[in-house]
Amino acid sequence: MISQKVAQQSLRRLAVQQPYAMRWSLMNAASPAAIAIGRNIQTRYATSSTQTTDPTKLLAEQRLRRPVAPHLSIYRPQITWYGSAAHRLTGIMLSGPLYLFATAYLAAPLLGWHLESASLAAAFGALPVIAKVGIKGFFALPFTYHCLNGLRHLTWDTGRAITNKQVIQTGWTVVGLSTAAALFLALL
Amino acid sequence: MASLRTTSRILASSRPLFRPAAFARSYATVESGSQAPAPKVKKFQIYRWNPDTPSEKPKMQTYELDLNKTGPMMLDALIRIKNEVDPTLTFRRSCREGICGSCAMNIDGVNTLACLCRIPTDTAKESRIYPLPHTYVVKDLVPDMTQFYKQYKSIKPYLQRDTKTEDGLENRQSPEERKKLDGLYECILCACCSTSCPSYWWNSEEYLGPAILLQSYRWLADSRDQKTAERKHAIDNSMSVYRCHTILNCTRTCPKGLNPARAIAEIKMMMATH
Repeated sequence: MISQKVAQQSLRRLAVQQPYAMRWSLMNAASPAAIAIGRNIQTRYATSSTQTTDPTKLLAEQRLRRPVAPHLSIYRPQITWYGSAAHRLTGIMLSGPLYLFATAYLAAPLLGWHLESASLAAAFGALPVIAKVGIKGFFALPFTYHCLNGLRHLTWDTGRAITNKQVIQTGWTVVGLSTAAALFLALL
Repeated sequence: MASLRTTSRILASSRPLFRPAAFARSYATVESGSQAPAPKVKKFQIYRWNPDTPSEKPKMQTYELDLNKTGPMMLDALIRIKNEVDPTLTFRRSCREGICGSCAMNIDGVNTLACLCRIPTDTAKESRIYPLPHTYVVKDLVPDMTQFYKQYKSIKPYLQRDTKTEDGLENRQSPEERKKLDGLYECILCACCSTSCPSYWWNSEEYLGPAILLQSYRWLADSRDQKTAERKHAIDNSMSVYRCHTILNCTRTCPKGLNPARAIAEIKMMMATH
């Protein structure tokens, strides 16, 4: 009698904890256990469990975990976006020092610095030739590139010279011209 | 139908007798002839990420294919890998002729359609295939396009009119007016251009990107549309159009040879002059 009770109890526990396992095994018979827990009604059941999370919630969870596909590091170097990045960089290289110098010039009388043209010219004149050419080149290349590339941007804004072929041609022309012009300015 | 079927069965049964070996081809795979040429093995490095194991980092997986047995296009290679090497490799594809835009991906550093991209025959160099840059990856080469489609919806990509035509029949256009839509209506919304744009990479929440702006211009330029002012007003802010810094990666990469950059320049001129 005891063994029968134990078996029945364990079956009931199984039925409560894992109703699906029970229903699979007891598909064709209304078992005492099923009757005992009030599940003696014939039921059909879907292949998927009712305990799956809400699909929209699942989607939201997945979206949080999705990686971002690689971009800058894998895109092929092309004159289009490298040229554009260079335009920005040269703009920063020109405007940054200008702001720095202008601020320093404003503050100079207060701090006792000598940033007048005469003293700057004297200081520059005392430098060795290689440093003179280097410094001039450092400012000349951003200047020439930014100016000439700026002309391209102005042209594009009128809807002209904006085909693939023209963009590539003018891009490399600007690179060549600005390098040559910067060399000339540096050697002045 | 029954008679047709029997005929075709007779034809089918007789085919092996008469069909030359050259026609015995399976999909995207060329049977090597009796004098098998030296194998041309090329390496393909393909981006893999599985949403079922989200904690694992995305990785590059190398596959090797004999180009003699593979079709000429990148899509052929991908399909062959999926069929014969690794069925878990996931990518979108449909038409295999560059009209559906499903197989847009980054191949050897540029965005293009896998079905329109020839496999480089240089076997010394491996080919690297990534999903569209700076998109959220659903799985392997499949990007999440939700935001892109939402943006497309936001520009109301359909004809808007208040009045009917005089005869109440068609909205007519002159050949000149129709010509303005050439180079615009061919866009298949594959998102190659938008995902090649660094500006779109950093601002895809608000900047519309080249593909959607090309579509936007397609409706601005349409002589039949009567909501031009509303359309312009909707994009007249600092983000929608003006995040375009004329980088021109879009025109460079368009697999259909269109010019989104020019369309954006036209929009900017329209906004400036009216």
